[in-house]
Amino acid sequence: MNRLTVDPIACRAHGLCADVLPELITVDEWGYPIIRGGAVPASLLAEARRAAAACPALALRLRKSD
Amino acid sequence: MLPLHRNNLAAHVSVHGGLPALDRDALIHEIDAAGIRGRGGAGFPAAAKLRSVAPGRSIVVANGCESDPFSSKDRALLELAPHLVLDGIQVAARAVGATEAFLCLHEENRSVLAALAERRDAVPVKLVAVPPRYVASEETALVHFLGTGDARPTGKFPRPTERGLRGRPTLVQNVETLARFAMVARIGADRYRSVHTDLVTVTGAVARPGVLEVPADTPVSAILARAGGSVTAQAVLIGGYGGTWMPRSLADPVPLGREPGLSSLHLLPEPNCGLELTRNILLRLAAESARQCGPCMFGLPAVAADFTDLLVGRDATGRLARRLPLLSGRGACAHPDGAVRLAASALRVFASDAQAHLAAGSCRITAGAA
Repeated sequence: MNRLTVDPIACRAHGLCADVLPELITVDEWGYPIIRGGAVPASLLAEARRAAAACPALALRLRKSD
Repeated sequence: MLPLHRNNLAAHVSVHGGLPALDRDALIHEIDAAGIRGRGGAGFPAAAKLRSVAPGRSIVVANGCESDPFSSKDRALLELAPHLVLDGIQVAARAVGATEAFLCLHEENRSVLAALAERRDAVPVKLVAVPPRYVASEETALVHFLGTGDARPTGKFPRPTERGLRGRPTLVQNVETLARFAMVARIGADRYRSVHTDLVTVTGAVARPGVLEVPADTPVSAILARAGGSVTAQAVLIGGYGGTWMPRSLADPVPLGREPGLSSLHLLPEPNCGLELTRNILLRLAAESARQCGPCMFGLPAVAADFTDLLVGRDATGRLARRLPLLSGRGACAHPDGAVRLAASALRVFASDAQAHLAAGSCRITAGAA
C-alpha cells in the first residue's frame, strides 16, 4: 500500500499539496498540512503522486509500505 | 541502584562484583527477559532497540542530559553510582558491537570525571557537553549535535540505530537504562525482575523533594507518602513537563510507569492554580521548541496563549478543543506531543477551576494571590 508522509522540518507551509489533493490533505490554521492517515486509495494514487511532485520543499512523499 | 554515598570503583566492585563477559545474544536475551524499557521518557523496549542496531563498528551514546526541570534521577545516579552507568555503557557496547561511546551531559560532572579516571574500559567513553536546551537531548538531536554541532532533532527516519552518527548505527540510551543493563548483565533477568526498583523524582507539595528509589510498581500514593506529600493537594503531574495531570484520587492507586513520560511526580503546590502552573510550563515548552516544525513553532505558543486567555476569563476552551488534537504526532520529535498531553490533561483535571476563571476572571487561588 501507499502512504503520504510529510517531513515536518522541510515543510514550509506552501499549501500546494492541499490544493492538489483536498480529499486527503487539509491545512491547519498556520498553513501546515494535516494528512488523513492510512493507505492512499487507488483512485487517488495519481493525484497523490502529483501532490508530492508539487511540493516546492520536497517535504511531501508518497511511500510504499506493507 | 542508588547508594547512600558515592561509590568509587572499589566500593562499586565490592557491592556489585565484576562485570561478566557476556556475548551479544546472551545480553540482549537477558535484557529482553528483564523487560527493560527506556527510562528517558519514551519507554521504548530496550531489547528491540538493541536488536535494531546492526552489529559492527556501531556507536553508543549515553544520554545523561535530563533536561526536564521535574526530573533529577539521572543526576542522582551519575553522582552516586557513576560506575553503574559506565558499566552499562560497556554492556551496551558489547551488545551492539560498538567501538566508540559518548556520554552526553548538560553540565560538567566531577563524579563522572573521577569515575572515568579510575577505569580502563574496552570501549573508551568521551564526555560531551550538550547545550542546555530542552529538545537538545532528544535522541536524533543528540546524534545531530555530535555529528555537526547542531543540537536540533532531525526527524523520525532514518532511525539512529540504522543510520546515526557519521552514518554508523548508533544506539542512544538514557543513563538509567544503561545502569539497568549493568545490573541485568550481573544478576540475570530472573533475579532482576524480583529485585528491581524504580527511580522517581518527587517535587512540589512534598516535605522531602528529591529522588526516591522504590520497588517496581509502587503506587503513586505510597511514593508521595514517602516524600511527605501534602494530603490536601488536589492533583499530581505524572511524567514531567510533558506529562499527565491526574486528580489525587485517581492517581493514588496507579503504579508509576503506567503513564507516559518520565518517572516523575509533581504534587500541585498549595496555594497554586493548576491552570496557571500549566500555562507557565506551556510557555517554557513553547520557548524551548527547536522552531523547525510548524505545528510546534506556532502551535505551542498559541496553546500557551489560549491558557493565558482562560486565566483572565476569556473563553478559549473551544479553540483549545480544536487545536490540541491537531498538534500531536506532527513534529519531527515528540516535543509538541508532550505539551498537548500536559494541556489536555490540565483541562480535564482543572475543569472546575476553568469554570471559575471564566465566571470571575480568576479562581480562588489566583484571586487570593492578586
